[in-house]
Amino acid sequence: MAETINMPKLGFDMAEGVLVRWVKQVGENINKGDVLAEIETDKATVEVESPASGTVLKFIVEQGDVVPVNAPIAVVGAEGEEVKDVPKSDGGEKKAETKADEKPASQPEGKPASDQKTPTASEDDRIKASPLAKKIASDKNVDLANIQGTGPGGRVVKKDVEAALESGAPSTSRKAGPSTVVESREDETVKLTKLRQAIARRMTDSKTTVPHFYVTHECRMDAVMAMRKQANEFLPEDQKLSVNDFIVKAVALALREFPNLNATFAGDKVVRHGAVNVGVAVAVTGGLLTVVNKNTDQLPLRQISADIKQKVSRAREGKVKPDDIQGSTFSISNLGMYDVENFIAIVNPPEAAILAVGSAKQVPVVENGEIKVGWRMQTTISVDHRVSDGAEAAQFMQALARYIEAPVLMLV
Amino acid sequence: MAKITMREAISQALMEEMDRDPAVFIIGEEVGVWGGTYAVTKGFYDKYGPDRIKDTPIAENAIIGAAIGAAMVGQRPIAELMTINFAFSAMDYVVNQAPKLRYMFGGQFSVPMVIRAVGGGGRQLGATHSQTPDAIFAHFPGLKVVSPGTPEDAKGLLKSAIRSDDPILFIEHATMYQVRSEVPDGEYLIPIGKSKVQREGGDLTIVTYCKGLELSMKAAEELAKEGVEAEIVDLRTLRPLDMEPVLESFKKTNRAIVVEEGWKSYGVGSEIVSRIYEEAFDYVDAPILRVAQKEVPLPYNRTLEQAALPQVPDIVAAAKEVLQ
Amino acid sequence: MKKEQQLDMYHQMVLIRRVEERGAELYQAGKIGGFMHLYIGQEAVSTGLIAAREPRDRVITAYRDHGVAINCGISANEVMAELLGKATGMSKGKGGSMHMASVEKNFWGGHAIVGGHLPVAAGFAVGDQYAKNDNVTICMFGDGATNIGYFHEALNLAKAWKLRVLWVCENNIYGMGTSVERASAVKEIRQKAEGYAMKNSRIDGMDVMKVYEAAQEALKYVREESDSYFLEVTTYRYRGHSMGDPERYRTQDEVKEWHEKDPIGIFRKYLMDKKVATAKVLDEIEARVEEEVQKAVEFAESSPEPALDELYADIYAE
Repeated sequence: MAETINMPKLGFDMAEGVLVRWVKQVGENINKGDVLAEIETDKATVEVESPASGTVLKFIVEQGDVVPVNAPIAVVGAEGEEVKDVPKSDGGEKKAETKADEKPASQPEGKPASDQKTPTASEDDRIKASPLAKKIASDKNVDLANIQGTGPGGRVVKKDVEAALESGAPSTSRKAGPSTVVESREDETVKLTKLRQAIARRMTDSKTTVPHFYVTHECRMDAVMAMRKQANEFLPEDQKLSVNDFIVKAVALALREFPNLNATFAGDKVVRHGAVNVGVAVAVTGGLLTVVNKNTDQLPLRQISADIKQKVSRAREGKVKPDDIQGSTFSISNLGMYDVENFIAIVNPPEAAILAVGSAKQVPVVENGEIKVGWRMQTTISVDHRVSDGAEAAQFMQALARYIEAPVLMLV
Repeated sequence: MAKITMREAISQALMEEMDRDPAVFIIGEEVGVWGGTYAVTKGFYDKYGPDRIKDTPIAENAIIGAAIGAAMVGQRPIAELMTINFAFSAMDYVVNQAPKLRYMFGGQFSVPMVIRAVGGGGRQLGATHSQTPDAIFAHFPGLKVVSPGTPEDAKGLLKSAIRSDDPILFIEHATMYQVRSEVPDGEYLIPIGKSKVQREGGDLTIVTYCKGLELSMKAAEELAKEGVEAEIVDLRTLRPLDMEPVLESFKKTNRAIVVEEGWKSYGVGSEIVSRIYEEAFDYVDAPILRVAQKEVPLPYNRTLEQAALPQVPDIVAAAKEVLQ
Repeated sequence: MKKEQQLDMYHQMVLIRRVEERGAELYQAGKIGGFMHLYIGQEAVSTGLIAAREPRDRVITAYRDHGVAINCGISANEVMAELLGKATGMSKGKGGSMHMASVEKNFWGGHAIVGGHLPVAAGFAVGDQYAKNDNVTICMFGDGATNIGYFHEALNLAKAWKLRVLWVCENNIYGMGTSVERASAVKEIRQKAEGYAMKNSRIDGMDVMKVYEAAQEALKYVREESDSYFLEVTTYRYRGHSMGDPERYRTQDEVKEWHEKDPIGIFRKYLMDKKVATAKVLDEIEARVEEEVQKAVEFAESSPEPALDELYADIYAE
């Protein structure tokens, strides 16, 4: 009865050996214990004895082959015996030492890519809170962002959360969006992005700490529209001016006359900023960013326009640089493209005021007792009452209107 | 209740168990004629004779190895290591043989032995004679490690250890033999593997054992003067470790420090802190700090040595930091 | 010595030889893991030694322990099962080749740290001395173990305390791959015992009857004088130190030479010369052994693996 001889395990960590040399040849007689072949392991060349007696009937591997432990190497049996084809160890045999080819499939990141790229507005939004504080806050529906931490490094700790609870801290309201739907549909839960969280935090902060008041003024836009049209005839496509560019410049010039509105409330004082850096609100995926044009009052219209264009573009692509969105001293939010008559914006802390700009449209106007068609645009300024009053704000709006209505003043 | 010293407590435990069970004998260097280098077995030689109080050559491998052998064949030896530093001269027997033999042979026999070892620094004995390597021994499954901080605990735990069928390392402290406090009268045992709240308080949890207990109690008094009440949980046994009282206390106070005489890196504190984070994460109100020996070999000079060892002010400072 | 006892010794030696050979095959087939140290060539030493003991005498040895286990009365079944790591092994599969033992048969293992079991052996004698009996502890170890600290501490203590230990050094010339000549300060191991003023002798370990007689005398001395005795037994292992040993440290000629002194061959000749048994009887014994070993392998292979919760069993007594 033919016996298959396998590659023996010759050491406790041996996984394979090289069949260096057949000592007995096919057709030769061999006794149990006789050397059949020489095998090379990592450590040495070793003689392998045959465990069976008979005639060497067949070699399954060749001299020089690398053979895994336990794989067949030869067949010994009775002379003349028929030998079925013994398969070599199948090529795919796993050796103990080979590295597993299961590299973990790259896990798709849980966060949607776009959200990750939108950076937050200027502050570091990572809240430092102890695990305990977080748990209590979560259990009691308290927003940690609103709690002042008294632990080391401003860490929010248990007693801070408890104090906040006692003083009636605003809880994160469970969402109440506009509901116009009557049929019952399933709720959709959308996780807040970092940007959204930041906006939520800052705007809540602003609305609850800044005493707002508002002044609306309607500007005559005829001159701006005409000047814009004229200028754009001479400008290349990608450098054409927008209405907003004019408004930005006008605001900057008006602020020079009213430094108190280009300021920040600081407890027992007001800091009137030296530079006039006008911020422009830009809608991006998942929220709002304010790109900043520096020293707006000193720059020509074209430069302001180009700068804002670049930054807006970066913002929309999610490639905003920190510099793009930091340092504004006054903000403008323009919803003119959405056919908005007027709206009221929320002051962007630490600024003292923000201008909300509606659509410029052709409307019936009264001039010299006659009804004519004129371009009008409503703008509303929201102001921090700790810094300024209605009268000053109204006068600022008049100054602003003067620049807008006589745009030649922006060129000289 | 009588007030006795740690030395007396240990001595009493040994004597009571030797009287109770003839299989118990003591083996070690200078345990007999000399009376023990810490005078724990003073008078034993006269009472029990050379058969039961065996003075050995200075040969730790032989001492611990022979104790293991005698335990395997039915006796209950108490081997003494003059200091725990000498455990390294018998390391194979303490961590590689005693804890493993029962397991390797499928439970065919036990190794009912106690190794008493004296650890700790503070007596200007130099680096090689002053270590607190407790964490190393607590690392090995199969070996139980006990280290009491009060005379009451020492007596009750040592008696339990001698009666236990498992190999137990019983760690005493070189500077605590004269600590004196109340010990119950009559026969009593304290179970191995149970931590104990030694002082109650609601502001902070101090986890400690052995010398750390003595220091922590003093620190707690200091803190109390400032209105901070520390709760002290004494581990008493390092392996098997009883975290229940620790966690219960921590869930109450949410702030903790661990006090040990060994080095901080890879020490007993590392284990306690990890366990608290793992099992009581949501209760953590501040990072948990470890008060331990400075990362230096202990020097001979008295001032330097004391500067390296953890002291009461260190504990108070850590407590305050954690309470910030 | 009675005829039955001698035939029993022959059976044991052949059984050890075959168990070891089968063990090697199973190891090469990947069924036995870790380290495995074969006793082939040394059968006469443990057979003669343990045949001379009283059942109350304790035996402890190092990691070349399969033969010793069989001599102490452990079945080939249990030996094979332990080698394969099965639950039916005498150490429940948790010890393996190097940690065989049976307390019931007064065989205390099976130890892997070189020289590590010597102080433990002294401890057995301390325990027996304490219990005031005259049990002798037979401690077996190799030439390599006589250079390590444990050896010296144990021998010193044994002599100083007059412990009943028969220290048996199986000098098979090589401590792993290093010869006694290269490793030892003295040529004959028994000279180390001289340093401890311990009575000692050196005998030929390829002849089981010589081993038996020397062991008898030594045991008598130890028991009656309550003192230690050092017996150096020269022997040879035909296979490597353990499986996978490339044996670069000795020549094949040397191995062949020692094959001429095969202990089984020597004993076979002795039995036939002394007319204790005929070739037929001895062949029958060998045939019986083949069956025994085959059954043992079948037993071991069909035995179950230990259950997973065995992992946590037997760590502590309580």
